[in-house]
Amino acid sequence: MKRDRPDKGLDKSRRDFCKTILLGTVSLAVPGSILAATEKKGLSDWYGTKYKPAEHLYAMGIKVDRCIGCGRCVDACKRENNVPDYPFYFRTWIERYIETEDGQTIVDSPNGGKDGFKAPASDKKVFKTFFVPKICNQCEKPPCVQVCPVGATYRTEDGVVLVDSQYCIGCRYCIQACPYGMRYIHPTKRVADKCTFCYHRTVKGLLPACVEVCPTQARIFGDLKSKASPVNQFMRFNKIFVLKPGLNTEPKVYYADIDLEVR
Amino acid sequence: MWKRIPEQIRHVVVPIVALVVIYLVVRHLLIPSSFGLWGHYRAASAVQNAELPLKYAGAEACADCHGEIASTKKEGYHRGVACETCHGAAYTHTQDQEKQKPQINRARSLCLLCHEYQSSRPTGFPQVVSDSHNPLKQCIACHQPHDPKPPHPPKGCDACHATIQRTIAVSSHGNLACSMCHEVPKNHKLSPRGNPAKLPQLRETCGKCHAQDSSASKEIPRVDMASHGGKYLCWECHYPHMPGAR
Amino acid sequence: MNHEIARLYETLKLVVGFIYPNEIELGWNLLIVVYPYITGLVAGAFILASLVKVFKVKEVQPTYRLALLTALSFLIVAPLPLVVHLTHPERGFEMFLTPSPSSAMAMFGFVYVWYLMAVLLLEIWFDYRKDFIVWAEQEKGYKRFVYKLLSLFTRDTSPGALSFDKKAVYAITVVGIPSAFLLHGYVGFIFGSVKANPWWSSVLMPIVFLFSAIVSGIALVLLIYMVAVLVRGEEPDMACIDKLASFLFYMMIVDFSLEFLDFVHRIYQSEESIHILGQLISERLFVSLIVIQLILGMILPLVAIALIKMFKWPAEIRRLSYFIVGLLVQFGIFSTRWNVVIGGQLFSKSFRGLTAYKMAVGGVEGLLVSLGFLILPFIILYVLIRWLPPWEKERAPSVPSR
Repeated sequence: MKRDRPDKGLDKSRRDFCKTILLGTVSLAVPGSILAATEKKGLSDWYGTKYKPAEHLYAMGIKVDRCIGCGRCVDACKRENNVPDYPFYFRTWIERYIETEDGQTIVDSPNGGKDGFKAPASDKKVFKTFFVPKICNQCEKPPCVQVCPVGATYRTEDGVVLVDSQYCIGCRYCIQACPYGMRYIHPTKRVADKCTFCYHRTVKGLLPACVEVCPTQARIFGDLKSKASPVNQFMRFNKIFVLKPGLNTEPKVYYADIDLEVR
Repeated sequence: MWKRIPEQIRHVVVPIVALVVIYLVVRHLLIPSSFGLWGHYRAASAVQNAELPLKYAGAEACADCHGEIASTKKEGYHRGVACETCHGAAYTHTQDQEKQKPQINRARSLCLLCHEYQSSRPTGFPQVVSDSHNPLKQCIACHQPHDPKPPHPPKGCDACHATIQRTIAVSSHGNLACSMCHEVPKNHKLSPRGNPAKLPQLRETCGKCHAQDSSASKEIPRVDMASHGGKYLCWECHYPHMPGAR
Repeated sequence: MNHEIARLYETLKLVVGFIYPNEIELGWNLLIVVYPYITGLVAGAFILASLVKVFKVKEVQPTYRLALLTALSFLIVAPLPLVVHLTHPERGFEMFLTPSPSSAMAMFGFVYVWYLMAVLLLEIWFDYRKDFIVWAEQEKGYKRFVYKLLSLFTRDTSPGALSFDKKAVYAITVVGIPSAFLLHGYVGFIFGSVKANPWWSSVLMPIVFLFSAIVSGIALVLLIYMVAVLVRGEEPDMACIDKLASFLFYMMIVDFSLEFLDFVHRIYQSEESIHILGQLISERLFVSLIVIQLILGMILPLVAIALIKMFKWPAEIRRLSYFIVGLLVQFGIFSTRWNVVIGGQLFSKSFRGLTAYKMAVGGVEGLLVSLGFLILPFIILYVLIRWLPPWEKERAPSVPSR
């Protein structure tokens, strides 16, 4: 796989990490601090220097009334992030809500909405119906980060919850802790996996893949620390809501025109 | 001093201290070097996440070379649709224009992902029932995807308001023309968002048929416009596309 | 398409209502049912042993060392299902490198090591130290060396040293009781602190875990004691057995009350999740919760012991009843763990549907491996009993001559 910005330092640090394990177990006499010092230099030639995470705070706005359920976001997400193409692994998905006249709420998300939706099977009289995109809420107080025993998932200064796929032990506590069902075990990497707001895109000024391909601008992405940001305008002009506010996770994905039935 | 401590304690403490020391040394050696630099995680991991390879190039990259299409598209209904929504991920194409070509999918199924009729889609979004809408033709035979103006403005309102059309069709208002109640600006069909249709602002709109002194057919239910409903407009209680009050 | 994916497609067909798409795969499976079950047995067996030392319950003295060895053999196995269930077991040591201060799980390694090293091993060591020295004198060859090693090459068997041992055992037990509470209450906290999951999220969870642990531990030692007596052809100490059954009875009443309180509290509060939890019990957990955990594992044993207490039945029938009660309690408590761990993942956090658990037979996460982890402690216990006979009459009677 071709790397966009090949960073020799990182591969080196990984090799050194393995080497350290070997050395550590073979001989306890090696001073670890010497190894560490060589690695800290040259972590990256741009991240943390040219790009400063502390200067940004990413968020997403979702206009429920605009979503047409085409599923292009789900498709793009799976491609951009190598999410396995099975109906059990999603970093983002679309739910369809059908509220019937007799007061029932029927929800479905066939293959996460990736292939679009077929006409509903139920012949009940429809009171109202709509689509709702779901994505990791990038909580300010993420329960998944709280419970990770080793520090393999964390919230960066720019407000994105990431997974360290080389460090995750796969205990799956984070999966249990996420109230929104956003995490899964990647079937080949065998580590926890989740939406990163396409971190590799956003730090370079690109939009997350789902936002890029959304044909109706139902998804709005931006930097809360920038005044001229689409997401700030979205917050200003809409009455907004977050999912499961009672759990005090403080999501960074904001919904406009959302329905009570959405959980 | 040491000898005065009971023998048991001495013999237990030594291995325990040894174990603790070994643990501390091994721990010191094995902790990844960038751990804790920016928080309780490997800083290198954030960099790794930031440096994952791209698949989607982003619409701006496309416009660099395909400016003409971009400017056509900017004027049309598809101005909000990114190039890669239809053409697929094209980052490799931006790196090697000759060998890596983005997909061109001419199948009806691609357009229908958005434009097939779905009751859950927001009203106003242009939709067709593909089985009855020129089923054998490709969409692009009539609609240029970069500027998808229909060959002629839609005749009825159902092209975009299909759910309402279906609802009203089975209601007692089924025979009424939309314009009977909605004032529709001339250019609404060409530029719907710029010229939105209006909801009735007066009770008299409904009163034309439902007022007691109306000259409409006797079968139409009548109400006393003066006493019924108070300050509310009729449609604030009755859904005219599916009138439920009897 | 591999095996795991094929199973998920099968599970997909069993989904009722709507679940978030990632929820089809259960993160925690049978191994994580076995883990709290085993730690519960450890804590329970240790609490039983402490009855003798701290609360001076003389009747159960015959089970003191047996309970300690039982606790040790299960404690040795306790972390194995955890490590094996990790998708990257080779990275498990990171728990000791960079334990996250905010994680309820990160402390497991330290709580475990504290309990194993500072409590259980030390208590066993101080209690057996004199015997190790005596046995080392009696044995020859490598056995002699092993006992010497086990005694950590101490030699002092003066009355002063022996009374120091006794005091040490007492002190360790005093520290050990809260430690045992900590070990298992902590396991309950791992579940009880997950606010996203209304089936788990409860302040009562650690306490319910603890008392069910004590129940299962006492029942286990009772079973092992009765089997051991039978195998050794000895006369069972009925006073001891009756006392154990009494403690089992009291603890079960506390456990039952706590679980009942939890149940009533949920129903009375009737929060957002109540509907899906009701559906969970009636459609997915009826057999394991109502039939096995409640009726067979709780009510039936309680009634049986109550009847035995009321009517003075002959010893033979009492023993048989206790044996059956012990087994039922084990099944009941295992079901309790199942209902917490598996049950808590069968409903969607959207509260709109249920998924299913299709247990594998082979493979790391399958039935066979878990059965192995349940059998392994008994093998370890057998070896321990061979090397460290826990029977009171084998305690070295007097100070050996030099």
